[in-house]
Amino acid sequence: MYSKKVMEHFMEPHNVGEIEDADGIGEVGNAKCGDIMKMYIKIDGDIVSDIKFKTFGCASAIASSSIATDLIKGKTITDALALTNQDVVDSLDGLPPVKVHCSVLAEQAFKSAVKDYADKNNIDIPELRDFVPDEDHH
Amino acid sequence: MNKNIYFDNAATTFLDDAVYEAMKPYFEGHFGNPSSIYQYCQTAKQGITEAREQVAAGINASAGEIYFTSGGSESDNWAIIGTAFAKRSKGNHLITTKIEHHAVLHTIEYLEKKHGFTATYLDVDQEGLVNPEDLKKALTPETILVSVMLANNEIGTIQPVADLVQITKEYDPKIYFHTDAVQALGTIPLDVQALGVDLLTITAHKAYGPKGVGALYIKKGVVIDNLIHGGGQEKGKRAGTENVAGIVGFGKAAELFTADVVERNLKIKELRDHLINRATAEIEGIVINGSLEHRLPGNSNFSVKRIEGEALILSLDHYGIAASSGSACTSGSLDPSHVLLAIGLDHGTAHGSLRVSLGKDNTKEEIDFFIDKLILIAQKLRAISPL
Ligand SMILES: Cc1ncc(COP(=O)(O)O)c(C=O)c1O
Ligand SMILES: [Zn+2]
Repeated sequence: MYSKKVMEHFMEPHNVGEIEDADGIGEVGNAKCGDIMKMYIKIDGDIVSDIKFKTFGCASAIASSSIATDLIKGKTITDALALTNQDVVDSLDGLPPVKVHCSVLAEQAFKSAVKDYADKNNIDIPELRDFVPDEDHH
Repeated sequence: MNKNIYFDNAATTFLDDAVYEAMKPYFEGHFGNPSSIYQYCQTAKQGITEAREQVAAGINASAGEIYFTSGGSESDNWAIIGTAFAKRSKGNHLITTKIEHHAVLHTIEYLEKKHGFTATYLDVDQEGLVNPEDLKKALTPETILVSVMLANNEIGTIQPVADLVQITKEYDPKIYFHTDAVQALGTIPLDVQALGVDLLTITAHKAYGPKGVGALYIKKGVVIDNLIHGGGQEKGKRAGTENVAGIVGFGKAAELFTADVVERNLKIKELRDHLINRATAEIEGIVINGSLEHRLPGNSNFSVKRIEGEALILSLDHYGIAASSGSACTSGSLDPSHVLLAIGLDHGTAHGSLRVSLGKDNTKEEIDFFIDKLILIAQKLRAISPL
């Protein structure tokens, strides 16, 4: 059912954990579906210098969190925000159609974390002006 | 270490060797059509006759009351649709429960949506049991069928079917009573006389027989419409050239696995209790769903707090352990198990459910290996979780 890549990231997820002095924290999820994702970011200049996550959810949600953090780490905020749910799916060598919704959470969690960072520091991030975590999507 | 441990016997069982041996000749030499009259085909016919007797003996029916079908789903459809259409001049009301298999639920929903029937779906308590008083209240002069499963496929709850039949018949003996006994064949003694039902569904593949073959017991004197129209097989009640090898295998399985059903399942129950005891003692936040008393011997169903079901099943699979979950993420839809919701679990808890259903060849070593791995998996997944 899942690609080898998904299983690798599910069994041995990268960047699991919390960041004590995180610059931004984002938490998204939907109690109905069950998957909940929390992301911690550290910002250095305009670079996402560190990122960690904790996820409650299915294999698809856990693998998506893992690969998303790999993709984001070290990128500029702008480049990282340009990453989409489709990039996450592609990097996992695909997800079964019914599981794609579980990967949306990774993109949402990261955006929430950046928004938290921006709000705390009074920074205007044009890409996030209209961002509302899409609670019902998942 | 990667083992091959099968703990999903409620989904399907493996084909027993002796059953396979009994079927083989019907794939090799005995390919005749049982309806033909030349000698060649008499063996096929004989095989079916013998199987009908074996299945009948397994549920204390007479051979004339057994009609072979393509499995549990067809038998459920036939019993319900066949009754509804045969009795529509008497009334249009059907009664069932909220925890039936989809083969029953979706059939009744179809009759409601497309054919103008009405239905009452009885609640169950937190152990999954129907309250006989609720059935009493639900019966109306319009009621033509009551369908209550004997044993549930997810939580293993065994309903007081004989009592429910009595209540129904006291209200109106003309109301038919159907029970889905798919999970009961080979796991608990099955006796249509003692139950008093009019219609009973069984399938071969949950009792070490082949897939794609089942039966509907239709009590002598009970009349329902046909579902599959065509040739005159099964005394003109179920058309279609018989699945001869499958039917022979079903007969053999019924003979083998209803004979020592109590003794064999006592051992399975001991193992199951060992599993429940270790799981609840050694893993924090684990609770057993359903009834401990009125329960199939091989069934266990847990809620594991702060663990999502699909992640759990895949982690177990990594160690070669096959089990199942009521999680939505395993079913392809977003709704968790209707059975777990009906016994009062919230969505989140229903997502973290784990069904471990034991069969005749499972061992204590397998259970201990499973619990050891479950402890590790629970630790690992909880460490990843923000909850
Ligand atoms: C309670 C119950 N009823 C009906 C069925 C359907 O039986 P079959 O797979 O033979 O169509 C099953 C098996 O999945 C079941 O567990
Ligand atoms: Zn999911």
